[in-house]
Amino acid sequence: MSDPLRVSGSLRNRLALILIGGAAILALFLVLLVRSYAAQIAQQGQDQVLGASVTSILDTAIIQDGQVEVDFPYSALSMLSTPSDDRVFHAIYQDDTLLSGYASLTRDATRAPALPAYATAEIMGTAVRRASASRTLIGADQRTTITVIVAQTQDALSGTLNRISRTVAGFGIGFFLLATALALWASSSTIGQLQRLTQSVTKRGPQDLRPFDKPVPTEMVPLVSSLNTLMGRLDQSLNRSEDFIAEAAHRVRTPLATVRSHAEAMLQRVGREENRATVRSMMRAIDESSRAAGQLLDHAMITFRADHLERDTFDLVELVQDLVVRLTPVAELKDVTVRLDGPEPVVISGDAILVQNAVRNILDNALKYAPGDSLVLVRVTNTPTPQVVVVDEGQGFPHAQIDTLADRFTRGDNAAGTIGSGLGLTIAQDVAEAHGGILDLSNRPEGGACVTLSF
Amino acid sequence: MRFLLVEDNEELGAAIASRMSFDGHVVDHALTIADASGFLETGEYDLILLDIMLPDGDGRSFLKAHRNSQSDTPVIVLTARSQVSDRISMLDLGADDYVTKPFDHAELQARCRAVLRRKHGTAQTVVTLGDVTFDPVAGHITVHGTQTFLRNRELRLLEVLITAPGQIFPKQKLVDRLFSYDDDVSENAVEVYIARLRKHLEGSCLTITTHRGLGYRLDNV
Repeated sequence: MSDPLRVSGSLRNRLALILIGGAAILALFLVLLVRSYAAQIAQQGQDQVLGASVTSILDTAIIQDGQVEVDFPYSALSMLSTPSDDRVFHAIYQDDTLLSGYASLTRDATRAPALPAYATAEIMGTAVRRASASRTLIGADQRTTITVIVAQTQDALSGTLNRISRTVAGFGIGFFLLATALALWASSSTIGQLQRLTQSVTKRGPQDLRPFDKPVPTEMVPLVSSLNTLMGRLDQSLNRSEDFIAEAAHRVRTPLATVRSHAEAMLQRVGREENRATVRSMMRAIDESSRAAGQLLDHAMITFRADHLERDTFDLVELVQDLVVRLTPVAELKDVTVRLDGPEPVVISGDAILVQNAVRNILDNALKYAPGDSLVLVRVTNTPTPQVVVVDEGQGFPHAQIDTLADRFTRGDNAAGTIGSGLGLTIAQDVAEAHGGILDLSNRPEGGACVTLSF
Repeated sequence: MRFLLVEDNEELGAAIASRMSFDGHVVDHALTIADASGFLETGEYDLILLDIMLPDGDGRSFLKAHRNSQSDTPVIVLTARSQVSDRISMLDLGADDYVTKPFDHAELQARCRAVLRRKHGTAQTVVTLGDVTFDPVAGHITVHGTQTFLRNRELRLLEVLITAPGQIFPKQKLVDRLFSYDDDVSENAVEVYIARLRKHLEGSCLTITTHRGLGYRLDNV
């Protein structure tokens, strides 16, 4: 029918991806921000304690008798105790001389700050935070600078930081999951509008070209209104061509009917054989042309309907029964008996108008080629598949042509004396194929044609 | 039989009417729906032949109105429109049958007969000649109380012969009646049906005689 549409990604996926990606970046940013702020606050806390410890030690330093004395207060160390048993190091320098403590806590000679200065350092492979402060003592004859350094490992701090990080990461993941769910919901509810429109358009039958009148979101109004315009134009042009076909058929067939009626009346009056032959060939030509016109229109309609197959369920036996009743007067003209053999309903799903047309063409053929006083047997069965079998007592199909007779405009070699367009079996075959069935032509061993239309 | 023909094409209407009167039927020809309604008010008809496209309306609305008026006069639609869907809507609206223009008069006659038979016929069509009663619509003859159904060609043959007893009908004319012009038959094919008719008429006062070189004659002896 039409080439598959080229697909350029999915709106829904794109929307969902943007929303989820945004949420992920936002969550990550939030986690990092909270974590670094928490680290900063925790560090400040440790620094304040370290600073207080340094200051309290430094405050006890005095010069007595030219000697520097430092009375190491117990509280200076106890205030540093933590649940993680962080180790505490100290060093006290008098000028450049280590008075007490760890020599690896080196003094920064260039600076001797009065207020505690903080830094991160390393002692014996362990990261520590250190605070240092200096004080200048002035004695009777001397002037000396005391520097106190206190350092502490950061186990408690990093423990706290880890706990905070875990909590914050938990919050981040929760936020991300919530945002993802929101994103999926938002994108599918947005696309859902489109899908509902698509469904209601798809659900329609091929003949339904009414404009779409359910409320649609503002953004879809331009699309839907151009769709409606397109359907309106299509409907109009279909109606116009249907009217045109009906009108054309009317214009062509009415004068043909006039000519034919006159010709028939003339045939009753004319006595001379050559005149009669002329009138007969006139009538034959009229029938040929009207039949060809009719079959061409039928064929066009069947091709159209087969492309847009509308299925409903119906009883094949009932349909064939109606046709047989309708064709009986024609059969009676030749004293041909049409017998229907359909003991039980055969319900199939398909386009009843198409199937009726196909069976009518097959029956028309059988009646045309059946000799007078003969029997045309129509059998409708459900085994092995739903099928209609039409058997006549005519001369059958020409063997050499049996495979090509259903081709368009092909007629059997033995059909020369009979009116026909060469489209009847084509129509039947097209209908069979549209329903996934087959049309099979064969000759019966005892003579006569056998046409099987199976679904 | 009396037919009401509703057909806006004067030429075609005249042709159909002349062809039908040839078979001994009476045809009133209405050109519009208004005419047709007028005819229906004043006359009784056995059958209505109705065209669809009419100048003052759609034949389908006429059909609907006709059905709503409780009239049971059968209607056969003459349609020139494209085949399938139109036909179906016709039957839904209450037409008894339809033929597609251009049509074979023999087929139209056959359809009229079938429709009338379904509607239990009309008494006027029964012909009585001597001790034979012939009902062409029901398709049987009655001889001394014995009813025999005729096959279609036998029936059409008797229909012709019984219109003018004592008149010789040429074989050619009878062939035209019995066979379609595209059936490739010799004039002798009629003999088969003459023989069958003779058999059905055995024991009655009707005889069919052969006049060599001229044709056949039905006599009431």
